[in-house]
Amino acid sequence: MHPDQPTAAPLRVVLAEDSVLLREGLVGLLERFGHRVVAAVGDAGALRAAVAEHAPDLVVTDVRMPPGQADEGLRAAVELREARPGLPVLVLSQYVQRSYAADLLDSGDGSGVGYLLKDRVGQIEDFLTAVATVADGGTVVDPEVVRQLIGRRRDPLARLTPREREVLALMAEGRSNAAICRELVVTEAAVSKHIGNILAKLDLPPAEQSHRRVLAVLTFLRG
Amino acid sequence: MAAPWLALTGPGFLRSARPWRSAGYLLATGLSGLLLCVVLLVSAIVSGVLVMVLVGLPMLAALALAGLPYAALERRLLRLLPGRPPAESPHREPDRPGLVAWLRTRYREQSTWRELGCTALAALVLWVIDLTAVGGAVLLPVWLLATPALLALDGEQVNVLKVWQIHDQPTAFALSLIGALLLAALSYPLTAVAMGRAALVRRLTGRTEQDRRIGELVSSRARLVDAFEAERRRIERDLHDGAQQRLVALAMNLGLARLDAPTGSPLAGRLADAHREVGQVLSELRELINGIHPQVLADRGLPEAVADLADRSPVPVDLAFELPGRPPPAVEAAGYFAVAEALANIAKHSGANRARLTGRYADGRLAVEVSDDGHGGADPARGTGLTGLADRLAVVDGTLTVSSPPGGPTLLRLEIPCTLTSRPPHRSG
Repeated sequence: MHPDQPTAAPLRVVLAEDSVLLREGLVGLLERFGHRVVAAVGDAGALRAAVAEHAPDLVVTDVRMPPGQADEGLRAAVELREARPGLPVLVLSQYVQRSYAADLLDSGDGSGVGYLLKDRVGQIEDFLTAVATVADGGTVVDPEVVRQLIGRRRDPLARLTPREREVLALMAEGRSNAAICRELVVTEAAVSKHIGNILAKLDLPPAEQSHRRVLAVLTFLRG
Repeated sequence: MAAPWLALTGPGFLRSARPWRSAGYLLATGLSGLLLCVVLLVSAIVSGVLVMVLVGLPMLAALALAGLPYAALERRLLRLLPGRPPAESPHREPDRPGLVAWLRTRYREQSTWRELGCTALAALVLWVIDLTAVGGAVLLPVWLLATPALLALDGEQVNVLKVWQIHDQPTAFALSLIGALLLAALSYPLTAVAMGRAALVRRLTGRTEQDRRIGELVSSRARLVDAFEAERRRIERDLHDGAQQRLVALAMNLGLARLDAPTGSPLAGRLADAHREVGQVLSELRELINGIHPQVLADRGLPEAVADLADRSPVPVDLAFELPGRPPPAVEAAGYFAVAEALANIAKHSGANRARLTGRYADGRLAVEVSDDGHGGADPARGTGLTGLADRLAVVDGTLTVSSPPGGPTLLRLEIPCTLTSRPPHRSG
């Protein structure tokens, strides 16, 4: 994709970030690539108000925010999704934290959410892809969080082969089947077979395919 | 001579309230001692009889605690005397709520038994002395002082102390004068007795110098631990709000610059290097900040934070860590860093394939066990890791036990006494 031409339609974004420097930077970044930041706020209360007012296509929020300087941003995100299931939320965090990501995915049906390390905004193309994926109802978990989980052998993931775990990790990062087969240099048929095995081994009953993908990622995150 | 005793020799002594307050003190202690004597005798006899039907045994045990209320009364009565500040209770706060914990603390305390001794002394000996002193030094002179009045009332004669018979007013007035002089003279020994008794009671029921020093030591240590924790949080906050955000902004600007630079140009190459460099610095800084004060510990509490440690451990960890509430921050931090150190040791030295981490709260203690299937031989005497760990726990009164025979397995157990609060971990989901 060419960075100056976003694949997805322009989005109306509400942005919450308490560091002014970063907030201005993110506004500039998103607007440069055609999105419209309808509100840029600095704390969790203002975030809730802005979402109520603007009904945006996407919420981008920091985890740690005033007033408590704890995980207010994350909790606001979870509440917003409970009030409006399917509201796409991308959380930017300084922490490689499975439990934060798991809480977020637990909200709603787990689709249309993303948990990314803030470092990732530096990788402009990856960041824009994540923004588009989440706005489109996809699920994105930071590769760093995923990487930390791969090392651990946990039931029920113990039943997966190393290759299947690799595929599951890439699913968690929000990759499509096509992207996974490019990454692993295998055929798309092979990827589909792996995913089928993963869903079977994780006891996910056949249902709508995309929803089962999210459930598989959730299993992965919950450990 | 101690300062209070100097009051006896001072010129204003007789005009001060000190003799009267001493008399009041001795009268109060004498009467309460007498009452105590009766109560103790009755309950000793009753429980002695009931021992035969076993109910008496707990009653006898409870009698050992009789010193607690009585000593509290004695400390209160000390306020009748002028001068020194009231005695402070020597008892420790039980380290957790509940009757059992309270009883355990009290029976183990030296001061409980000192107070019981004081109570026995008061019931058997002191009240006799108290009442005799008041009777001799106050009642007798007052009686003499009252002779003219008594004679006037009776009209015929007065028996003074059942010894002399007085018929005329001049003799009566002479006796009255003697009474006044006696009252003045005897107020010295009376006050001395009261002060001596008070000093004894103070020693037996108050806080000793050693108690006080230990108390000061404990509280200053607690202040240090808290200050240390606050400092950690401050450094973490400064790094998070300052350097980390600026570096993220820098990474973002470099990322944008890379997009603007002509592809394949030397400038694009330089920018790519710089971008990579910033990425590395960011990830190192993130590790550093997490090591100083993990945010998840503050947000979610110990179980979530150790689950995070288990996530990071290169050796797979089986985890069973549940707490019904949250320990104080200093305890959480000590437990967290102890587990971090233990898991790091396992990864570095044990050669283990698997580790197990359990945590629970029982009997007023946070108990954490870390075990592994490695080759053992961990020795707290060598290596600073385990010693440092033990020191860290000692600061919050925790203990560390290590069992690590050569050939393994290694079991590390740490216990920290604490009270859990109902402050629930933030659950957003």
